[in-house]
Amino acid sequence: MRHIVILGNGISGITAARHIRKHSDDRITVISSETEHFFSRTALMYIYMGHMKYEHTKPYEDYFWEKNRIELRQAWVSHFDFDNKSITLDEGTNVPTELTYDILILGVGSESNAFGWPGQDLEGVQGFYSFQDLEAMEANTEGIDRAVIVGGGLIGIEMAEMLLTRDIRVTMLVREEAYWNGVLPKEEAEMIGRHIREHGVDLRLETELEAIHDDNNREAALRVTSVTTKNGEQIDCQFVGLAVGVHPNVKQFSDTALETDKGILVNEFLETNIPDVYAIGDCVQHRNPLEDRKSVEQIWYTGRIMGETVARSICQTRTPYQPGVFFNSAKFMDIEYQTYGQVPAEAPEGIKSFYWEHPGGKIALRLNYREDNNTLTGINNFGMRLRHEVCEKWIKGKKSIGYVLSHFRDAHFDPEFFQRHEKSIVAAFNKHSPKHNVKLGGKAPFWERVWG
Amino acid sequence: MNNIQKIGLTLFVIGFTIWVATLSLGKYTLTEGILSDTVNVKKEHYDLLKAKAEPMFGKSYSTAFEFSNDFSKIQEEVNEELRKAEKDDQVIYDNYAFIVTKASSEGPITEHTFLWFWLSFGLAIVGALMYIFPNNRLLPGIKNDHIYHHPATSRGWIGILLGTFLIAFYVVLYFYPQYIVNWVLLVDPISEALNGGPASQWFLYGFLYTLCILIMGIRMIIKYRHSPYEQIRSVSVMFFQTSFAFIIPEILVRLNQPYFDFKNMWPLDYDFFFDFNLNELLSNGTLGLFMLVWGIALFVLAVPIFTYLYGKRWYCSWVCGCGGLAETLGDPHRQLSDKSMRAWKIERYMVHGVLAFAIIMTAFVLYTYFTGQSNIGPVSSYSVRAAYGFWIGALFSGIVGVGFYPLMGNRVWCRFGCPLAAYLGLVQRFKSRFRITTNGGQCISCGNCSTYCEMGIDVRAYAQKGQDIVRASCVGCGICSAVCPRGVLNLENADPHSRVMVAPEIMTGNDMPKIK
Repeated sequence: MRHIVILGNGISGITAARHIRKHSDDRITVISSETEHFFSRTALMYIYMGHMKYEHTKPYEDYFWEKNRIELRQAWVSHFDFDNKSITLDEGTNVPTELTYDILILGVGSESNAFGWPGQDLEGVQGFYSFQDLEAMEANTEGIDRAVIVGGGLIGIEMAEMLLTRDIRVTMLVREEAYWNGVLPKEEAEMIGRHIREHGVDLRLETELEAIHDDNNREAALRVTSVTTKNGEQIDCQFVGLAVGVHPNVKQFSDTALETDKGILVNEFLETNIPDVYAIGDCVQHRNPLEDRKSVEQIWYTGRIMGETVARSICQTRTPYQPGVFFNSAKFMDIEYQTYGQVPAEAPEGIKSFYWEHPGGKIALRLNYREDNNTLTGINNFGMRLRHEVCEKWIKGKKSIGYVLSHFRDAHFDPEFFQRHEKSIVAAFNKHSPKHNVKLGGKAPFWERVWG
Repeated sequence: MNNIQKIGLTLFVIGFTIWVATLSLGKYTLTEGILSDTVNVKKEHYDLLKAKAEPMFGKSYSTAFEFSNDFSKIQEEVNEELRKAEKDDQVIYDNYAFIVTKASSEGPITEHTFLWFWLSFGLAIVGALMYIFPNNRLLPGIKNDHIYHHPATSRGWIGILLGTFLIAFYVVLYFYPQYIVNWVLLVDPISEALNGGPASQWFLYGFLYTLCILIMGIRMIIKYRHSPYEQIRSVSVMFFQTSFAFIIPEILVRLNQPYFDFKNMWPLDYDFFFDFNLNELLSNGTLGLFMLVWGIALFVLAVPIFTYLYGKRWYCSWVCGCGGLAETLGDPHRQLSDKSMRAWKIERYMVHGVLAFAIIMTAFVLYTYFTGQSNIGPVSSYSVRAAYGFWIGALFSGIVGVGFYPLMGNRVWCRFGCPLAAYLGLVQRFKSRFRITTNGGQCISCGNCSTYCEMGIDVRAYAQKGQDIVRASCVGCGICSAVCPRGVLNLENADPHSRVMVAPEIMTGNDMPKIK
């Protein structure tokens, strides 16, 4: 019986633990300093907004761990001794504990970025990633009425949405010309920008943070009172949310033999340079990233897949990490977003792009396809849900844009009675690209046939 | 909350307070006339009661409580003497306390019924609507903000107070209706208009029930205005409650036809096969016979057919009255259902236990009906039906079922106690096209779906491993799909064999090869 020690109880570490237990009787220990039990990091915002309590974010009941013989330790690793396969745990007591392992899996996640701005360590300035960040945000936003969010990405808009529920006025500083313009094409970015403003957020584009200022309080801890932008503007605020991305949590390995760069370097088998030490999830940097994949990819499901993969390597056969067609999803306040395949902000050479937007301005679809052979390369859908399996099949099977549109009903995943858009999408495409002359196939839903 | 909402809330609280206060208005005086003319006291009872009640004549009581207690004592004394004289066959089992107390109430309520109706119900309705309508200004979308911060929706003090009130209301309604005759008097004019007769406590209950479904149904339509599925479903339960459950039965009574709710069915409608009901239906010509056949066809044909096609939602969250109340009045408390494995185990024993109880009880009843024998062995069919009526009909479906909304969620009855839900659930689980599909690998395990599942299904447990949700208890309310931030869940009907009953070894999005 081997002893498998997993560092980090996020989605990747826990997935690894669960799958190792499924296929082996090895002893499993999961160590985290964040919380006793696994919870869904992506749901932190809902706790703040009062949609859920912490306990609801735990995907498994507390008895699960003992039942599945997964030992949990709430501790911080203070020292790594890779040569002797041993780590030192700081469990908040004065006596450090030694723990030896046969296999070590590092799933230590990320930390929020901060780019050395003056004042970034003041009270009331924080990122949003961990459970401790949630607690800090509760304390930092109590009784305040003005906040500034720095950064226009997924965490930035989450923080804005959270603050709005507490009647806190929010100013969002976004460096790009439009919201999340580094990832979203212009039309989508503008649509989301309009939606953010519609919610009463003061969205300032092409605006960068210069410095964060304090209240000159020499008695107590210094607190943020305002920020200045690079345009020289001063904005009063009592809270600053830093949402300019995250980076792998590798600091703790700086004086060890573990090879790191931006993240912990791994090969396609998620093996680090040290034998029997794997790394999975947010903290990973792939030495040879797969085609259409970034070397550091901090997404929920990639963490999950890495956990599944490493478990198989450990218990069954050595298996390379092979996520399929890229996909992701998010929710921008009230607008849901899914993406499949490759939809870069700027369509690259040889790729054509078809964009359709509902007149209401909250539903949109983009289809990217190759100019030479018309095969579909990517989908962005907003305010409408598409079926993952079908989209994947289309992209993997290199289906042509004409095929995709004529079969568009197959991908429909909105609830019953929702307004259907296939007809307008196909009509718009035929107008955009008459030579295809796509005819919508499939059967219209019952209620559409009844009510026209 | 804006100013209109604040005014609305204030008006609602004032109306509600006045409504409660009407119970203390006026006085109660028994006269010989009431006993002889106003109330349908049976002739043989009249003489017995009159002799004992004489000291009460003309005496004014300030509360229904004291009055009805004194009157009940009189009835009890009469019975006591009859028993002593070994005239057991003459003992009065009719409950006269309610009708006598109602007839003896006099004062503002009887003199100015409309005024007090508007001051109570009217103000509360206007206030509630003023509170609800302004939410139309918010941007459409899921807005569950502060549900777990608010004392009304997170088992806080308002929730506990509300639960206590509801429980007390049901106890009084079922067992002491004589204490709330003033509330019944308030709706007398409506009863007169609909069925031509005075209101009973059950008319009051039906009126309140319908009112709650309508007002809170409007709230649902506004809250989920981004979701046509939720809106249409809300309109459906509002329609079935108002017409089928409330107005049509009353009109039938007016036309001297049997009181009949065409959408209620056995075994939820547990007294459908009771002799009084069968006799009533059989003695009412073609319509009565039609009602009998219709009532049987509902559970023999409609349940298997529609549940096969659409899942049990066709009834539980689109048609049913209990479901209608849960989906409207109960919506603010849906998140309080217990999601634990333990609760699921208890649920399965309880709900199927009640179904078995309902079937056995009905078998007893029919045995007695056809053979005329009251006993099977040592067990009396009358005591079995009485036990069912008390424990399941009154205690479970009413007091626990609705009273515990603010404490255990809005589907306590449907989940743990409803025999019809158990029956529909068996069909849905084993032979139905219905399932909730999970969308590939998009789930992020956030837990919104499980949290807002009123039936306490741990939806996330399925979604995060790519397995369809096929559960006997799912009523298909669609809220899991509505609250999902990643578009993972969808209620679908398709070939029963296409339901993904076992989690796939590898989820969509992972190209790792399968190991056989």
